[in-house]
Amino acid sequence: MRRFVSRTAGLLLTACALLAVPLPVRAAGQDPPGETATAALPDEVGALRREIETLRRDYEGRIAALEARLHALETGPVAAPAAAPSPAPPAAGSKVFNPDVAAIGNFVGAAGRSPGGGEPSLNMQEAEISFQAVVDPYARADFFVTLGPDEVALEEGYITFPTLPGGLLTKIGKMRDAFGKVNGQHPHTLGFVDRPLVSRNLTGGEDGLADAGISVARLIPNPWLFLEATGQVYQGSSEVFQAPTRGDLAYVGHLRAYQDLGESTNIDLGGSIAYGHNGVTDDTTTRLLGVDATLRWKPLRRSIYTHLLARGELTWSRADVASGSLDAVGGYGYLEYQFGRRWTAGVRYDSSERAYAPGLRDEGGSFILTYRPSEFSLVRAQYRRTSLADIDRPANELLFQFLYAIGAHGAHPF
Amino acid sequence: MRLPSIAALAVLACVPRAGAALNVVATTEDLADLTRQVGGERIKVESISRGYQDPHFVEAKPSFILKLAKADLLVVVGRDLEIGWLPPLIQQSRNSKIQPGADRYLDASLTVKILEIPTGQITRAMGDVHPLGNPHYWLDPGNGRHIAKAIVDKLSLMAPADAAYFASRYADFDKRLAEAETRWDATMAPYKGVKIVTYHRSWPNFVERFGLDVIGYVEPKPGIPPSPSHTLDLIREMKAQKVKVIVVEPYFDLKTPNSVARETGGKVVVLAPSVGAEKEITDYLQLFDYDVNLIVSAFKETGSR
Repeated sequence: MRRFVSRTAGLLLTACALLAVPLPVRAAGQDPPGETATAALPDEVGALRREIETLRRDYEGRIAALEARLHALETGPVAAPAAAPSPAPPAAGSKVFNPDVAAIGNFVGAAGRSPGGGEPSLNMQEAEISFQAVVDPYARADFFVTLGPDEVALEEGYITFPTLPGGLLTKIGKMRDAFGKVNGQHPHTLGFVDRPLVSRNLTGGEDGLADAGISVARLIPNPWLFLEATGQVYQGSSEVFQAPTRGDLAYVGHLRAYQDLGESTNIDLGGSIAYGHNGVTDDTTTRLLGVDATLRWKPLRRSIYTHLLARGELTWSRADVASGSLDAVGGYGYLEYQFGRRWTAGVRYDSSERAYAPGLRDEGGSFILTYRPSEFSLVRAQYRRTSLADIDRPANELLFQFLYAIGAHGAHPF
Repeated sequence: MRLPSIAALAVLACVPRAGAALNVVATTEDLADLTRQVGGERIKVESISRGYQDPHFVEAKPSFILKLAKADLLVVVGRDLEIGWLPPLIQQSRNSKIQPGADRYLDASLTVKILEIPTGQITRAMGDVHPLGNPHYWLDPGNGRHIAKAIVDKLSLMAPADAAYFASRYADFDKRLAEAETRWDATMAPYKGVKIVTYHRSWPNFVERFGLDVIGYVEPKPGIPPSPSHTLDLIREMKAQKVKVIVVEPYFDLKTPNSVARETGGKVVVLAPSVGAEKEITDYLQLFDYDVNLIVSAFKETGSR
C-alpha cells in the first residue's frame, strides 16, 4: 500500500508535468509555402490558375454583396440596423473597478445530546465575505474571508490565470485542495449543515485540506469525455499536513472525468491523491487516496422544480508515526432529491475510522430537509444520529441552519 | 513569371482552407439560429441552453467547457441573464479569445432596444431583478435584426474572405424578416391594446412590438414563485379588467396559471420564449409564427379584443 501510494503519486505528478508541456501549435489552415515555391513549371501554371480562381471568387463575392445591398435598398426602409438604441448603461464613475462583493451568513443551531465537541446551541458559525474581480487582461482574483465567532481567516485567496499557453488553468494563493468533492466546497454550497465524519477524521475537519500553494489544471483532449488533470503543490500547513522544513512540500493530484448521459443525466468521477509530511516526527508522512462518484439527474424542462443527486466518496489514509504506519478508511454516501421549487430532501450515511486510531470507527446517519424562499436564502433542518467508537450510546441531534447571501450574484454551484 | 505565382500562393495561403469553418457557440438557441441565418454553411454553431429550458438556471456542466474550449466566437445574451452559469464555464474554457471583453466575446445586447432598465435604487426585495434591463429582448423581431447585424459584422471581421457571402445571407434574412414582420403585424393588428397576464417578465419586448398590454404577472416578483395572496389579487384584477389570456413559458409549472384560468374563465397559453421550445420551432422566424398564431387563436377563443 505504502509503496503503491507513493509510486502512484509520483506517476500522477509526472503525468501532470508532462501534460503541462504545451502541445505544438498546428498552423491552422495554412499551406506550407516552402514546399511549393520551388516547384517546376506545371506547378506554376496550376498556381496561376488558382490565382485567377481566387480573384474571380473575390469579385463574385463583391458583386453579390453589392447586389444584396441594392436589393435591401429596393425593398424599402426596414428599421435601420445601424442604430444602437441602448448601449450598455454607464456605471457610476469611480466604482466601476470595484470588485464584486458579497457576504454570506451561516447561522447554525443544535439541539439534543452532543456526541462530544459538537455544535453549540446557537452559533453564528461564520460570515463569508467575498471579493472577486478581473485583475488585468490575463488574470482574475478571488478572495473569501471568513469571520468566525473567534477568528478571522482567509478561507481562500488566489489569482487565476485562465488562459496560459498550453491550456493550463493556473491558480496561485491560498486554496482548498482539489481532493475529492466535499473538500473543495464552501459551507454554503454543501447539501448538509455539517461536514461528513470522514472529513473530520481524515481530511482536516471543518477547515478541510486548505493551504497556500500553486495549482495547475489541464484538460486532456480525447474524443469521448471531459477529462481534467490537476496538480497542486502546497506549503504543507494544514490540519493534515505539517511541513517540518521549507523543503517538505505537500502534493495533491486530482483526475476528474465527466460524461453526459443524455441532456438530463450525467456522471462525474474523480480520483485524488495527496502526500506530505504530517509533523509527527521530522520525517513521517501521510498519504491520502480518494475516489468520488456523482450521478446527477435534472430534466431541463422542469429544471427549477426537480433534481436528483447521488454522491459517494471514499478516502484512505496512511499516516506514518514513529513506530510504523497507521491505515484508516472512511467515506460517505449522500442522496438528494428536490421535490418542489423550494424543497429539497436529503439523506447521508457516514462511516469513518480515525487517522491516528484506525481501530476506532465512527458511524453516523442524517436526514436533511432544505427550504429555499429564494435563490439567496435557505433554511435547513438536519436530524443526525452519531455513534462514536469511544462513546457507549449513540447521540441524536437536531441541527438547523439559516444561510443568506447579499451582494453580487454568484454562480450557481454544480 | 515566378514572382506573381509566389504572390498567388501567398494569397492562397491566407484563404482559410475549406472545412476550417468558424466554430461559434451561442448561449441560447435564438442566438444560435440568428448566427446560422447569416453564417450559413461557412460556420458551425452550437447552443449551450435548450429553448425549453429556463435560461436563468442552466447548469454549468463540464461538457460545455469542452464546447467553449474550441469556440472561435461566443455570442451571449448579456444583461446578466447568464450570470449564474456562464462565468465559471468561460473561466475554465482556457480559451483566451472568448473571455469577456476579448475580441471574440459578442454581447448581443449592445445594439438592441432594452426595456425595463431600472432607475433609482434597486434591491432584491424586488425579487431577482436584472439591474441592466430585461434580458428577454430577442422576443422583438426588430431586435432580432440588430442581433443578426452585430453577428454578421463580427463574422465578416473574423473571416474577411467570406464577408460577401455573409453580407448576402444577411440581406436575404433581412428581407425574409421584413416580409414576415408585415405578416405578423397584420395578424396582430386587430388585437392592439388587448390586456394579458404573463407568468414571468419574459415578454416586454414582444408585447411592446405587437401593442399588447400586460396588467400583471403570476409571479409576485421576478424569480419568486406564486403566492396565494398574490394569486387572489391577480384573479380579482383580471376579473375587474376582463383579462382572459395567461401567457406561460414552457419551463414553469401550470398549476397556478390553470387555477387562475379556471377562476377567471380565461385560457393558459404556453408560448415559446425561444427557438427550440417546441420541436416545430426550428428557426427565428418560426418562433414568431408559432407565438403569433397561438396567441391570436387564444384571443379569438376567449373573445379578447
